[in-house]
Amino acid sequence: MPIERSEELGVKIGLEVHVQLTALKTKLFCSCSANYRGMPPNTLTCPICLGHPGTLPVLNRKAVEHAMMVALALNSSISPQMFFFRKNYFYVDLPKNFQISQYDKAGGAPLSTGGWVEFSVNGERKKVRIRRIQLEEDPARLTYPGTITSAPYTLVDFNRAGVALLEIVTEPDMETPEEAYFFLQKLRSILEHLGVSSENMQGSMRCDANISIMGGARVEIKNISSFRDVRRALQYEIMRQKQLLRRGGVTKQETRHWDEDRQITVSLRVKETESDYRYFPEPDLVPVKIPEEWVSKVASQMPELPDARKERFISDYGIPEYDAIVLTSSKKIADFFEECCKLYSNPKKIANWIMSDLLRNINETGMDVTEMSITAEQFIEMIKMIDEGLISGKIAKRVLRESIRTGRPPRIVVEDEGLLKISDENVISKLADEVFREFPKAVEDARRDRKAVNFLVGQVMKKTRGRADPDVTNKVILSKLEENRAIPSRS
Amino acid sequence: MHLNRLTCHELVEMIKAQTVTAEEVVEHVFRRIDEVESKINAFISTFKEDALEKAREIDRKIRRGESVGLLAGIPVAVKDNICTRGKLTTCGSKMLSNYIPPYSATVVEKIEAAGGIIIGKTNMDEFAMGNSTETSFFGCTRNPWDLTRVPGGSSGGSAAALTSDETVLALGSDTGGSIRCPASFCSVVGLKPTYGLVSRYGLVAYANSLEQIGPMAKDVLDCAMLLTAIAGHDPRDSTSAPRSPYDYTSAINGDIKNVKVGVPREFFAAGLDERVEKSVLSAVSILEDLGATCGETSISYLEYVVPTYYLIAMSEASSNLARFDGLRYGFTAKCDGDWNEVFSATRSEGFGEEVKRRILLGTFALSAGYYDKYYLKALKVRTLIKREFEKALAKFDVLVAPTMPILPFKIGEIIEDPLTMYMMDIDTVPVNLAGVPSISVPCGFVDGLPVGLQVIGGFFGEEKILKVAYAFQEHTKFNLKKPEI
Amino acid sequence: MITKEVVENVAWLARIKLSEEEKEKFARQLSEILEYFNVISKVDTSSVEPTFHVLELHNVFRDDEERESLPQEVALKSARESEDGFVKAPKIL
Repeated sequence: MPIERSEELGVKIGLEVHVQLTALKTKLFCSCSANYRGMPPNTLTCPICLGHPGTLPVLNRKAVEHAMMVALALNSSISPQMFFFRKNYFYVDLPKNFQISQYDKAGGAPLSTGGWVEFSVNGERKKVRIRRIQLEEDPARLTYPGTITSAPYTLVDFNRAGVALLEIVTEPDMETPEEAYFFLQKLRSILEHLGVSSENMQGSMRCDANISIMGGARVEIKNISSFRDVRRALQYEIMRQKQLLRRGGVTKQETRHWDEDRQITVSLRVKETESDYRYFPEPDLVPVKIPEEWVSKVASQMPELPDARKERFISDYGIPEYDAIVLTSSKKIADFFEECCKLYSNPKKIANWIMSDLLRNINETGMDVTEMSITAEQFIEMIKMIDEGLISGKIAKRVLRESIRTGRPPRIVVEDEGLLKISDENVISKLADEVFREFPKAVEDARRDRKAVNFLVGQVMKKTRGRADPDVTNKVILSKLEENRAIPSRS
Repeated sequence: MHLNRLTCHELVEMIKAQTVTAEEVVEHVFRRIDEVESKINAFISTFKEDALEKAREIDRKIRRGESVGLLAGIPVAVKDNICTRGKLTTCGSKMLSNYIPPYSATVVEKIEAAGGIIIGKTNMDEFAMGNSTETSFFGCTRNPWDLTRVPGGSSGGSAAALTSDETVLALGSDTGGSIRCPASFCSVVGLKPTYGLVSRYGLVAYANSLEQIGPMAKDVLDCAMLLTAIAGHDPRDSTSAPRSPYDYTSAINGDIKNVKVGVPREFFAAGLDERVEKSVLSAVSILEDLGATCGETSISYLEYVVPTYYLIAMSEASSNLARFDGLRYGFTAKCDGDWNEVFSATRSEGFGEEVKRRILLGTFALSAGYYDKYYLKALKVRTLIKREFEKALAKFDVLVAPTMPILPFKIGEIIEDPLTMYMMDIDTVPVNLAGVPSISVPCGFVDGLPVGLQVIGGFFGEEKILKVAYAFQEHTKFNLKKPEI
Repeated sequence: MITKEVVENVAWLARIKLSEEEKEKFARQLSEILEYFNVISKVDTSSVEPTFHVLELHNVFRDDEERESLPQEVALKSARESEDGFVKAPKIL
């Protein structure tokens, strides 16, 4: 999708990201375990998160601290006093038919306001401002037999109800779907480094997107469940709106639903469209005062963030900024890099291998970085095998690709497929003799033509499925050609 | 001997001394229930077998010489908006007519830990919305003093059960007078604690920022004992005050010499039944005779308390009652439509008229464009009223006033006129707005109908109000008079 | 002041189905009640803060420690309908 005309289109994209604070053991307002993935439905509930009458919420202190870390990492100003509000609306996924959330009007103060995230898009620096960050509870999970429009009933699992969510709202500062994608990558890296939102857990980071083009109406897109889909949904929506405008239509302010299967957005009145949420302060919770001392204490316990880590990679390992940016784009890769550097003293070489082969192969398989199983030890072992001449660089690339694809460690791949480099001159010599017999014309040509020499080398490589040491092979072939020269050619 | 007619403080001694057994006490109480309940309708459900079993266990412990609690063997009736695990908790509503909570309220756990025996759940106005118990889905409770009249509300069942000796102790809840009003109308003692003193965990919420569970009893000492058992900080209630357990009976000693008693003139304005006024003013003289220093004082803004209270209460209620959609528990309508249709039908059929009225009003008061004018405005007026009480209680130890401006009215007399009903709360709601404690103690009879005296204290001033109430009671002995049913 | 349309709107927000008569009755009653409640607009509250909490508490927390949840049967016991451990709710559309 060409993006070069985005300025003409005046595209404005804002994101509302819901991040589950997955490092917490319990839910936001009750002591049920928050570790619901893989659990049978409705096994992690209690009267409070089921919304039974007479129950009351009690705030998880750690949730506030994790939220404070996120605010600090996003340069957002933490409110000295924050309140919880009730957002009143009816839906089957809300146990109380209101959500305990936060608000930034009517005397409300969310966790924090303002802030920004800086990241790179195709080598260019971009800054997206944060509007606010707030704490709220997650609704229950709904599943349907069939699709939402056709299902005769809805199945509700309250295990997720009450899990702590952080809502991060940006200003509409993004101008292309690419920027939205890279923003989310950077945000995820920050959250991973903070340790408040674990890895790529299904549904742990959900995103709603707002988009308008050419000053038109703002369209909200809901139900996007992966970063790739954010980019696709926005690309689709831009195209849809462009076509609409071209036909003389006008965009209207609406909420659209991303249909993952058909890869389109649809206008769907799934929830209440009226926005009268009748916000008022939650009477069952008291205000949270956040004094400077508490902020300082939390700040002092914060782990290293991607930007700081990037700087440290540049100064400590002497790698270029571009490399450092790529390596800190995810905590797992950054950790992996540092682990490797402990085992091998050539950071630049490690960086190259990671960037050009490891990451590329991961991307090609469509996997997420967090799913890769290769360890630093295995990775370095592979590099050492090249150093020791046991395999060639070219073979190593293949091994790495296989390793990532199948999950087998590199050494096992080498063993299984017999990929050890052949450097034994006798072995190569015998193979060269075979090749000479099979291709007499090439042998003739080789006396004059370098290309034919390469052809012969290539054939030996082919017989060894690439394992023959190219230099040794070259040497052997050249010396054989020399020998043959001694034999006068028939004329 | 009718053990059910005795007080908690008398029975506790007898049970511990083993002159009677807890089992006998419970049996007497249930005999009385069998005798009069068809006339009174104080209970929605009773647990005879369960209660007898618990009583026997207390008796066994006592015989073994084990320690038992403050309320060992004492029958306690619990208002039906307080959750009791495994036992029907209906809130007087069709919506919860089949609801059995999977947990118990903190106060229930505390009473049981103190050896108290929950004998049943008492009738109430639906979801505590009312002051006559007429809005209950299970029919009105009758005032034992005159079966054609209301017992007051919303804790009408608890009050009636006490005065008819169908229980020894009772729990009520008070959002705008729901403990004090029925206490006044039934000639028993009822105390609304300082906001936050008693845990609300397990109290089905009507108006969270206004309500408290409180003790109801036949006399002031019993009331103090029950308060002692239920008061104190609860980590499960974020609005619970960080107060340690305290023995409120230690305050009871009858001497109120030099206690400063304020009489706010605005409580004695137009709308107060003359006979009630006379009764309450003579109570003030009695307090003076007992050594207290009584003086006139003022609580301004009283003419605004009813709208202020109702706007806050209804707004909070509209949100609190949203959870009743029939999905996870409770009544559910037979309806084949989509979720909107099912929810709407359920709430239409499950709620009574008064509840619907308050939900609609509350929803409106919070809606876009009206939030500032109604809800927020009411909260500001609340601040002014709170300050008035602070001012007055800085000069006086307690304030006294009528509990209700009228005598118990006839069933059906006022229910059709909501506004008139709301106005009846004028003497009780300011207390909830301020968050201060208040007790209603029997003040005499007019034409055979009970009058209640309200004694109001400052924040966490339960001791002072109990002290004054006790002194008054001991002098007048109105608590000893019983209705003939 | 409160018309039948307003009542319909509010009844929708509150998900309470009303009959035509109820809508009319509530329109009348709500108007009357709110007209009386409007008296608070006369109070000068220009220099007053609202009281959201009558007790000045703040920073009430709990620790991030797990407690046992309800068994599935108990969680589902009172539900309208359940299937395979899920609460079964009416269709969305």
